[in-house]
Amino acid sequence: MEKLKYALYTGCTARESTPELLKSTMAIADKLGIELVLLDEASCCGASHLQDYDDFLSLVLNARNICYAEKLGLTMVTICNTCQLNTAMTKHRLDTNPELKVKVNAKLAEVGLEYKGTSEVTHFLYALIQDYGLEKLAANVKVPLSQFNIAPFYGCHNIRPSELQNLSNGGENPYNPTSLDDLIIACGGVNVNYEEKNKCCGFHAELQSPRTAAILTGNAIAGAMDANADWMVTPCPLCHLKLDVQNHGASKALGREVHLPVLHMPQMVGLALGCTPVELGLNHHVTKVNFV
Amino acid sequence: MDTIKSQQVTFKVFRFNEETDYLPYYNTYVLDVTHEEVVLDILNRIKWDHDGSLSYRRSCRHGICGVCSIKVNGKGILACKSRLFDLINVFGSELVIEPLSTKRVVKDLIIDKKDFWDKHASIKPYLVSDIEEHPASEHLVSPHDAEKLLEADYCIQCGACHYSCPALAINEEFIGPAAFAAAYRFSADVRDEASLERLHIVNEETQGVWDCVKCMECAQVCPKEVNPIEKITKLHNMVFEANIAKNNVATRHAVGFAHSIEKHGLLDEGELVRYSEGNFGVMKHIPEAIAMFKNGKIVMPWNMPKSKNLDEIKKLIKSSSTVKF
Repeated sequence: MEKLKYALYTGCTARESTPELLKSTMAIADKLGIELVLLDEASCCGASHLQDYDDFLSLVLNARNICYAEKLGLTMVTICNTCQLNTAMTKHRLDTNPELKVKVNAKLAEVGLEYKGTSEVTHFLYALIQDYGLEKLAANVKVPLSQFNIAPFYGCHNIRPSELQNLSNGGENPYNPTSLDDLIIACGGVNVNYEEKNKCCGFHAELQSPRTAAILTGNAIAGAMDANADWMVTPCPLCHLKLDVQNHGASKALGREVHLPVLHMPQMVGLALGCTPVELGLNHHVTKVNFV
Repeated sequence: MDTIKSQQVTFKVFRFNEETDYLPYYNTYVLDVTHEEVVLDILNRIKWDHDGSLSYRRSCRHGICGVCSIKVNGKGILACKSRLFDLINVFGSELVIEPLSTKRVVKDLIIDKKDFWDKHASIKPYLVSDIEEHPASEHLVSPHDAEKLLEADYCIQCGACHYSCPALAINEEFIGPAAFAAAYRFSADVRDEASLERLHIVNEETQGVWDCVKCMECAQVCPKEVNPIEKITKLHNMVFEANIAKNNVATRHAVGFAHSIEKHGLLDEGELVRYSEGNFGVMKHIPEAIAMFKNGKIVMPWNMPKSKNLDEIKKLIKSSSTVKF
């Protein structure tokens, strides 16, 4: 097989509050022989809030990010669900609306760029599963995670709306997603089923609606705990921030102590591939990863 | 002609009678279903062949009246439109049939939708316009103007999005996706004169669009592809365009992204929280910030990473911004 090579759109979180996500992503790519070219030119995607203020500006900025993947002639991979949604949504809108594409390109021309629509956009989770392959990944597992019950937490912006997401996520059904479960099994772990696995963590309403956000976070952790999970795993750094950092607020809102270690998807894969805790940045977690 | 395919399915059906039952329970039926049948066919078969006391709403049986909406394995559906074989494909051969909201059950699959209708009524879901009672000609709307309604007109008030919205399940004041879509539908109508009044309603904290959690559940569940969250985004935009956005944590949270991107290309996470909350409000985040700092999760302002070719981003923000705050 030809070596896999992608343009990596890190998003902001992986460069700031979840440095362990970028670190572990690069670590497993290295182990698996996947080449990731960092898109250092890319800006913030607007995290689904900028578009509430200025939709056109959000489109132009996201289109600019895609332009840099197109220049490299590579598929763009994302490591944040919200980056994935915003980028894929921009691509979909521009690819299906020629008039809008002309308007956006008129702005991009001012900085010498043109959005063509030639690069695909996919989350690293789905690149691993569809391009690299779960069988090949399983064959590379050095430390099977067989002693752990692992609760997958999918994160909304990788699975909904399926009409858009199915262009890149292999037809995952948002009411019964399986990709992260399959990945857990490939890593030798035991996947835990619970009602909240495909529900919202509350991140996007955290500042303006803190009670709603805290209860959603609490429900997610409580669901995983009640299903006997040892820890949770998520492909989204925003979900991770809620589940890892904000469980005290969630416990208070729920009236029940909720507390579980939460790993980023590449950290879980890294553990199975035999990466060290330092290589995976496990020291950066607020809820301590106490089982390694 | 295609041959009829059939498969055995276990149905667990939610039962509760508020007049006689203390707790809800589930009845189990094992039935052979064919590839032609929809969920409503099964409800009818259970009622007619097994238990005449099963209660559910049905009327048009072709996806236009919106009364037969229920949940199957947590997914909101129209019973008359959803084929069993499609559901078996997703969930396997055990299907759990429940009302849209287990909290609002009157009997079995019938719920009291009062909260839905109250929210709907609260946003004035009708055209407000001073029209001549005996006009000489029709009041025409151009195709271009009609297109502005997007798909908001297709809503059949089935409530699938309303009872799938996690924000609404926690915050009872929240107006919810269906009523927001209706607010957009009438406010975007060129003949309407109450747009500003509606925008004030959806701009209120706690009840308004700002409390949406952006989970995309409403866009996913809608059987008529109304895409309510798209209309919620439009309402946000209209609030800014109408210049009625208040200076509060929610609006600053949206605007703060533009500021940060202009300065760094990337989002300055700490500054976004400070800008959104204000210098006083930000204090409540200090315990979290300390925990994050201890674990290397906070980038100091002097170390804030910047996008390469930042001058391009600055230029685009200048030339492509369409609103002011």
